[in-house]
Amino acid sequence: MADYLIETRNLTRNFGSRRERITAVDKVSLGIQEGQVLCLVGESGCGKTTTGKIMAGLLKPSAGQILYQGRDVWAQDKNGFKSYRLGVQIIHQDPYASLNPSHTVHKILSAPLLRHGFAAGRRQARERVIELLEIVDLTPVEDFLLKFPHQLSGGQRQRVSVARALTVNPSFIVADEAVSMVDVSIRVSLLNMLSRLKEELGVTFLFITHDLALAKFFAWAGRIAVMYVGSIVEIASTPEVINNPKHPYTQALLAAVPEADPELTRRKKSVALRSQDIPNLLNLPSGCRFHPRCPLFVEGLCNQERPELKSVEEGHSVACHVVTG
Amino acid sequence: MQERSNVTWTTGDASSAPLSVRDLWVEYLGERGMVKAVRDVSFDLRPEESLALIGESGCGKTTLGLALIRLLVKTARIPRGEIIYRRDGVVTKVRSLSEREMRHFRWRECAMVFQSALNAFNPVLRVWDQMYDTVRAHQRVSRAEVRRRAMDLLRYVQLDPKRVIDAYPHELSGGMRQRVLLAMSLLLDPQVIILDEPTTALDILTQRTILDLLKRLKAELGFSMMFISHDLSIAAELADRVATMYAGAVVELGPVYDIFYRPAHPYTLGLIRAVPTVTGEFEDLISIPGSPPDLIDLPPGCKFHIRCPYATDRCQQEEPTLEPYGPDHAVACFYSSQVRRDADAMWEQHGHHRPGEA
Repeated sequence: MADYLIETRNLTRNFGSRRERITAVDKVSLGIQEGQVLCLVGESGCGKTTTGKIMAGLLKPSAGQILYQGRDVWAQDKNGFKSYRLGVQIIHQDPYASLNPSHTVHKILSAPLLRHGFAAGRRQARERVIELLEIVDLTPVEDFLLKFPHQLSGGQRQRVSVARALTVNPSFIVADEAVSMVDVSIRVSLLNMLSRLKEELGVTFLFITHDLALAKFFAWAGRIAVMYVGSIVEIASTPEVINNPKHPYTQALLAAVPEADPELTRRKKSVALRSQDIPNLLNLPSGCRFHPRCPLFVEGLCNQERPELKSVEEGHSVACHVVTG
Repeated sequence: MQERSNVTWTTGDASSAPLSVRDLWVEYLGERGMVKAVRDVSFDLRPEESLALIGESGCGKTTLGLALIRLLVKTARIPRGEIIYRRDGVVTKVRSLSEREMRHFRWRECAMVFQSALNAFNPVLRVWDQMYDTVRAHQRVSRAEVRRRAMDLLRYVQLDPKRVIDAYPHELSGGMRQRVLLAMSLLLDPQVIILDEPTTALDILTQRTILDLLKRLKAELGFSMMFISHDLSIAAELADRVATMYAGAVVELGPVYDIFYRPAHPYTLGLIRAVPTVTGEFEDLISIPGSPPDLIDLPPGCKFHIRCPYATDRCQQEEPTLEPYGPDHAVACFYSSQVRRDADAMWEQHGHHRPGEA
């Protein structure tokens, strides 16, 4: 277990005041080995972005620990924390909001290089900026150096965001819905570029998405963790989650996703849920959070006791009383 | 039916399509110049069919939808083209309707469900007030009658009418709002419904309930539906026919099974190859190089030629028009046979059986 590059233990994060408090992330324990991909999937409001932000060091957990290279991130001295923050980068969802509109691409990329001492001077910074733009396929580089974000398309902006994340040579990148806002035809090339970073630079990824098809494509060799209302309900290797889902929520999701293949999508049999209501975070259901909707619901068990993640097979864990027995 | 005495209504067209679009152009006056958002689009929306308009952002699909019910912004104009609406043997030229007639046309004949379900509501009005206003703008009916109809429709879209009807839009979840909008679009029993990205921004499970609801409504009420989506899977799920749009033009139009399994336009094929399935086999995806063209400064010839692996000198000079290609299928490409061959090869390689003419 010690060989995780980054690990969370019982990570919890609350928001709000004492009177109205919600728990966005509830005792999440995850680990990613160096060079691996973990995909966090779930519907909006399930806490996946909060988990990502905590793992990127942008939010402090309310309880629980986050370990980077075996050290508790929030229990280290200033220098230790700084080296963690430089080792970990995040790519945000919206490339229109995450780049400073008044800076050129060159400035966006050279600023962190100079600030953190990854380039000794302007000339070196420029050389590195050119290298970075080549890595993210923004070529010919001269066409992009002096452009402002508004002069770039969504896909190009997202490439600049990726290049910016790479300025500090991170070993771990949180990609939060990094391709969701980009057009279909460009999405794949962005994903392929991210995969290349993984293979050539050995970057470890937490890939956050609501899109199961993207999760499958990007993390086929990695793992998928399914989140529901703040907790992980199932985690396994990607092919296992897709082909052999165990948790009723995962099964419902897979059955509900429309597919870009008319035969396949029209053949699907949907899982009948007991309710369509999404739980209110201020007033969460007792026991298993999924019990009011769950087709496997057992009275007196699921509405009383919270299921823990339990291993059902090698590398496959599920949080469900009925499935794990 | 209300009286339709205006001269723009004429009778006796042979065609049965509720909506026909012919040679339609839409332009916007932008800061940098004229944006050609819709270019020479022609198609029919057939009785009780579900037609998907797919394409990437900025391809003109929303503009086309808005043009059909004349809700374009003031800076837009329609330099050319015809929108013909038919119901019960009465033929209407939509572009010749007066503003007053247009207000009656919208909703009663042709309703639109907008993309963002929250923005489509007036935030300070309750659901009931919006429904009542909508009906009263078109018909003289009693309050009780509207109330009854509204409650029925809300129940019909699987909402609890008592809970929803007196709620403000912000009190409803995204899926509930989308269902209320659907119920509202049905208030006046329109023959045509245009839906702009009906399930975008909804969660997977909510999206599923809306998709199933749309299928049921269409089967039971028999309206014609045109929906706009950037998401191929929604088209695969809901459509009878699919139109692919690129740079303001329809570049391919055909039955959904043909479009997905036997596309003949390189852009359609490119989109299909770029989209992964979840429960299908794992497949390599191929992206389309480059990005969509600037609608202000369109390239000469075929608008796709810069990104197209099939392009030749001819494509740089001449723009192909939408021509029939096989039964009920039309495509705008000089090399459609080659594309079709490659599409066939792709499916064979996958080991998928290709469905017959379903």
